[in-house]
Amino acid sequence: MRALDRKRWRELWQMRSQAAAIAMIIASGVATYIISLSTLDSLTLTQSNYYQAYRFAEVFAGLKRAPLSLAERVRDIEGVREAEARVKAQINVEVPGFGDPVTGLLVSLPDDRVPLLNQLHQVRGRTPASDRPWEVVINEAFADAQDLAPGDTIIGIINGRREDLAIVGVALSPEFIYQIRPGDIFPDYERYAIMWMGYRGLSVAYDMDGAFNDLVLTLEPGARAEAVIERLDALLEPYGGQGAYTREDQLSHRYITQEIVSLEAMAKIFPVIFLAFAAFLINFVTNRLIRAERDQIGVLKAFGYDNLTVGLHYVSVILIIVLAGAVVGIGFGAWAARGLTGIYIEFFRFPRLDYVLRADVLLTGVLVTLGAGLAGTLHAFHSAVRLSPAEAMRPDTPLVYRQSLVERLFGHAFLDQPSRMILRHIGRAPLKSALTVLGVALSTGLVMSGNFQEDAVDYMMWSHFNLAAREDVTVTFNELAGNEAEYELAALPGVLQAEGMRAVPVRFRYGNRSYRSAIQGFRPDAELHRLVDTSLQPVPPPPEGLLLTSYLGEEILGVRPGDTVTVEVLTGRRPVIDLPVAGFVEEYIGISGYMELATLNRLMRDGHVLTGSFLAIDPADQARVFDELMRRPGVGAIAQRSQSIASFYESFAETILVFTFVNTLLAATIAFGAVYNSARIALAERSRELASLRVLGFTRAEIAYILIGELMLLVIVGVGFGFLVGRGICALFAEAISSDIYRVPLVLEPSTYAFGAAVVLGSGLISSAVIKRRLDTLDLVAVLKTTE
Amino acid sequence: MSTEHGNPGQEDAPEDRDEESGGQAIFVARGLTKVYRVGEVEVHALRGVDVELYKGEFMVLLGASGSGKSTLLNILGGLDTPTDGTVRFDDIDLTGASESELTEYRRHAVGFVFQFYNLIPSLTARENVSIVTEIARNPMTPEEALEMVNLGPRMDHFPAQLSGGEQQRVAIARAIAKRPEVLLCDEPTGALDSKTGVHVLEALARVNEEYGTATAVITHNASIADMADRVLFMSDGRISGERRNETRKPPSEISW
Repeated sequence: MRALDRKRWRELWQMRSQAAAIAMIIASGVATYIISLSTLDSLTLTQSNYYQAYRFAEVFAGLKRAPLSLAERVRDIEGVREAEARVKAQINVEVPGFGDPVTGLLVSLPDDRVPLLNQLHQVRGRTPASDRPWEVVINEAFADAQDLAPGDTIIGIINGRREDLAIVGVALSPEFIYQIRPGDIFPDYERYAIMWMGYRGLSVAYDMDGAFNDLVLTLEPGARAEAVIERLDALLEPYGGQGAYTREDQLSHRYITQEIVSLEAMAKIFPVIFLAFAAFLINFVTNRLIRAERDQIGVLKAFGYDNLTVGLHYVSVILIIVLAGAVVGIGFGAWAARGLTGIYIEFFRFPRLDYVLRADVLLTGVLVTLGAGLAGTLHAFHSAVRLSPAEAMRPDTPLVYRQSLVERLFGHAFLDQPSRMILRHIGRAPLKSALTVLGVALSTGLVMSGNFQEDAVDYMMWSHFNLAAREDVTVTFNELAGNEAEYELAALPGVLQAEGMRAVPVRFRYGNRSYRSAIQGFRPDAELHRLVDTSLQPVPPPPEGLLLTSYLGEEILGVRPGDTVTVEVLTGRRPVIDLPVAGFVEEYIGISGYMELATLNRLMRDGHVLTGSFLAIDPADQARVFDELMRRPGVGAIAQRSQSIASFYESFAETILVFTFVNTLLAATIAFGAVYNSARIALAERSRELASLRVLGFTRAEIAYILIGELMLLVIVGVGFGFLVGRGICALFAEAISSDIYRVPLVLEPSTYAFGAAVVLGSGLISSAVIKRRLDTLDLVAVLKTTE
Repeated sequence: MSTEHGNPGQEDAPEDRDEESGGQAIFVARGLTKVYRVGEVEVHALRGVDVELYKGEFMVLLGASGSGKSTLLNILGGLDTPTDGTVRFDDIDLTGASESELTEYRRHAVGFVFQFYNLIPSLTARENVSIVTEIARNPMTPEEALEMVNLGPRMDHFPAQLSGGEQQRVAIARAIAKRPEVLLCDEPTGALDSKTGVHVLEALARVNEEYGTATAVITHNASIADMADRVLFMSDGRISGERRNETRKPPSEISW
């Protein structure tokens, strides 16, 4: 081995802890990048493969009832490729041994063939036999949550009749990746079942014999969905069509897409910040590392080594560190991404996982860090070789010190000599000090941003369920009901309060923007379910005009209070109405328009009717209330607030929080690497000066104070800025993942600030301890003898 | 022992001295000036220096600290460039040389010995020598070079395991291993006590005698001047005098 190679390996070994800290920063940056992007890629790929393999429909339409022969005319519409007519029935379900109300959605399957569209992925058992009407296949999430298997029986209440439903299979469907019961905002697998049953059995039981009430289609390549939907709506109108819609408005697809979009936002922001920060640190650290090698560069040149050879020598040192970090980052990143994708796949219940780590993702991650490392190295190296060897071997010329600002303002008496040295040293190299502060600030911000999501999600849940949705139970009726339904519910033993409401599916239009949602009508004196304005104060629905969720108004439609929006009602007579926007309400979860109940009923011109009711119930009587509710055929779905919250935290939050945990961990790693490196470099740069002070009679504690005091001062200032940086990153993040499903409020708990500060200050203290130990063993004579 | 300003002969024309010595000049420097900045201060290190070094000669450049002697040595060695003036080494004009020509020159023609040794701490004595022999044209083996300075047995020690004198001898071995035409030594004994210093000087004298390597030693230690063929006195950036020793004192008889 050549002497220069030996020098490289020995010096790498000597600086191993520092090299490891640098490699750690690289690894964290690369890992975050890979985790985010490959999870995103894998999820997108898995989704699209799933859709393709199981022929997920592109257009969906619900209607009241149409003869099967109409399906032929649907197929004739230009642009329609395949169409499948189905029967869908919302029913109540009883699971033996389970007290809570369960809602089920029955979907018909063709009796004699596999479905053309939205095919099932059979997980266990078989499909229903065409000659046995009460056999059902249930969805896997429900089967798992309720521990049901083929052979078990549950009870379905169809048209008021109790029927035993024999479970023969467990399946997955691309149509119900996300399953949300009407009235719920989060999936509750235990209380919402998707079930598939043969067409003959279901149509007879549901009075749909020879008819259908649901239609799914795919389109010819290149066909315009809008044109097809227009003709389809016209065709279905006499049959109670509720307005056809594309995948974008299909509930399951919308949620999963939104989830992917949020992940994409994280995948774009986090890794870019991480990688950029890692790059910045590497540049900074390598630069200072090479600067410290100035005299050795001079010696090598003095003995006739040319710039290229010496340059390659140092480049190779940095290259090894960066590549080692990148390899660890890729390994950990790929492993964690696979795990995380697994969690998502399980959460969404995709039939299989298609993990993908794109070569360009890998390459970008490596090249960015490598580039940054090389840039730092070359920059420093360039300034070292620019000097003549004689100059390079001389100790750095003393930099120009000045009295610090504090001294100038308060005079000398204010500070002792070591403190003055700290301030002057910071002031001497303001750029270097500023970079250290910036590094610390970014570290603090990154750590905070990891924690932020938890805060935001907590706050989002708290404000939704404590300020607005304060009802214990939401009951959705199967059909429009009169006011008496509310009195009937209020009179049930155990029910403390009932508040009727009406929800009408609509499409909002403003200019060329539109959005499919609902208008909900509440009483002006509603207490259980309230609306809150943008300052989170309760507001009653206005007697005239419309309140919109601010996200719907501002972001999606782009309207201002006072503007008029067009409302296309998607049910009943399907009127099209222009309504003034009276104002915005703040909602972090869901999106809707709101009106006073009486006003909404007046517009709909179908009398004083309700579609559901919010209830407050006495917890002691909960079981009795549920019993009573389930017995009523008019009750379509029963949602519990406590269950919504619990299921959110169990499923939805878990995926976010795993991601968050990984990010926090990596951010903390970077923070430590940054602070530790700054400390080590400062030690290397100043040991000669400090040894001189020891010789002059300074104690160990005093010289430690000069170095550690400076470090900690910069760290503390950096943490202060870090709070701002953290807030900025979180704002960016909140903005990016906000969607029509939920908005992440910019809420940072004091504990998040404290955690960010603690991680970074802790890194500072550990680094200080390392430095202190080194200073204590400083060999005074040896240090003073060397030229550097 | 000689006085510091023994022979104020700086007015002599260089050509005269050339003839006088009969030797062939390796270095010819004319009108060298060097101005550099330290912090906010402008330092005039050289103020017009004319100097030669002859083949096989052992020259001592004597001067107080700050007299400009290190600057002169660095310029001769191609480690630094003058602000004004010319330096020729054989047929090479060092002042007009490109970066790569200077590198070639340092690689093959010059050996350096520095006051603080400047060994690479992560390499053993042998490796510190081989880092130079690996790129030289016709080098000795590192072992030969180390034997030359009587360091054979300590070859595999790291600099931190060697005494100052031993480190400096490694530095000499490193400088001579490439068989340079000229050896430039900047205060080679400056960091050493008299006894260790003598060992270092003996090594230098031996190289000079056995290989005929032209050697320039700069020092502020007047005792060392006695082992030279020729002594130049430097003060305030100028050559202030020159002396020829009729006989060279062996290093073993020198002490300080």
